[in-house]
Amino acid sequence: MEESKPKLKLAVYWASACGGCCVSVLDVHEKLFDVVAAADLVFWPIALDIKYRDVENMPDKHIDLTLFNGAIRNSENEHMAHLLRKKSKILVAYGSCSHLGGIPGLANFSTKEEIFRRIYSESESTVNPDNIVPLPEYEVKEGILNIPEFYNDVHSLAQVTDVDYFIPGCPPQTERLLEVFTSIVSGAELPPKGSVIGAETKTQCDECIRKKTENKRIKKIYRPWEINDDGVTCFMEQGVLCMGPATRAGCGYRCIKGNAPCRGCYGPPDGVADPGAKMMSSVASIIDEKEPEEISRVLEDLADPAGLFYRFSLPVSLIRRKVV
Amino acid sequence: MEFKPRIIAFLCNWCSYTGADLAGTSRMEYKANVRAVRVMCSGRIEPTFVLRAFTKGADGVLICGCHPGDCHYQEGNYRCLRRFLLLQKYIRQMGIESERLKLEWISASEGKQFAELVNSFTETISELGPCKIMETMKILP
Repeated sequence: MEESKPKLKLAVYWASACGGCCVSVLDVHEKLFDVVAAADLVFWPIALDIKYRDVENMPDKHIDLTLFNGAIRNSENEHMAHLLRKKSKILVAYGSCSHLGGIPGLANFSTKEEIFRRIYSESESTVNPDNIVPLPEYEVKEGILNIPEFYNDVHSLAQVTDVDYFIPGCPPQTERLLEVFTSIVSGAELPPKGSVIGAETKTQCDECIRKKTENKRIKKIYRPWEINDDGVTCFMEQGVLCMGPATRAGCGYRCIKGNAPCRGCYGPPDGVADPGAKMMSSVASIIDEKEPEEISRVLEDLADPAGLFYRFSLPVSLIRRKVV
Repeated sequence: MEFKPRIIAFLCNWCSYTGADLAGTSRMEYKANVRAVRVMCSGRIEPTFVLRAFTKGADGVLICGCHPGDCHYQEGNYRCLRRFLLLQKYIRQMGIESERLKLEWISASEGKQFAELVNSFTETISELGPCKIMETMKILP
């Protein structure tokens, strides 16, 4: 019976990503044999030499499951997003970058012009007297050369194409990927389209392993290295900002177990539109001061609220880029 | 064309909305640029409300609550104050002038102060000009 069942066609693609998501897929270790037994990898640039042209030649809906990691930074990323959407039955935004914009999304604090100026003329290691910058199209005597166009804004995958599911994380927890994969292979009923899968619905704090009390009152905000962490008490109660209150659970508390506060890579929990706004609410609630001057003094230690609260989610937040 | 600022005002039910009401029943005239949203307490105003107002085209956001110590729910206005100061810091980072977000305490008897506040805030926003947020969001890709 096993043999009569056709193997699943699986694709993994990276757009604007660091490669960590692809590595998290490899982290299935010896379970890779189970994966390969149940699925054929038909496209995976980090591991297999399959060209874009081969994907273009596939019939529509040929791929059963595509794990798309990375944000949409340039026209190549967007082209592949549309192409893989067309060729896949299930398109999954895999990892923080395709789910929320991720770390590359922090570029939305700058414009394309500012980024180019910094990279191609101002940076300390740049020597570019002729002021050469990449152009999407360039004519040489052999013909016209093309490279992808660099966009002004970084986008999440769902902002450019239709996405079936989201698996959050930077990178996603491999165990959770295996759960999702196993349930697809077993033919289990899939959750409604647009769901965040491989994660919980509530916040990190809901079942956090650190000890919490009702008494969340702080008079000073500390950086993690400024305190003698006891390894037990809630970070927020020690004055260290932890993204737990505005972050979806499901990562297995990897950072907390490593005695580091949550950075928010799993994105907002169900029902929260803007994780940073939620976090601002949360921080404002615990500051134990009533006078404007005193509150401002406490907030002085919070040097970069936008960067901290939207570290992984700037492109999908309400104000998704710096206003220019 | 003359710029007519769009201002969203979040007013707490117990003091500020009543204060605004007093301005009305006392037939005081003030600028018509403000759209009032009544909430039960200034502590109910989530940062999301303010950010959403800006992304939907508000040129300024005004938050009014009971004077310190007068909150109907004891502490809501302090919570609001802390959120407000944090929000101001955040919007400045995002390239929005912090003057576009204002917090004032208006009691139920301060109809006159409310009318004056609306006039002065409308003037501030008129001088700043339109908020560029919607325009920026349209720059695609």
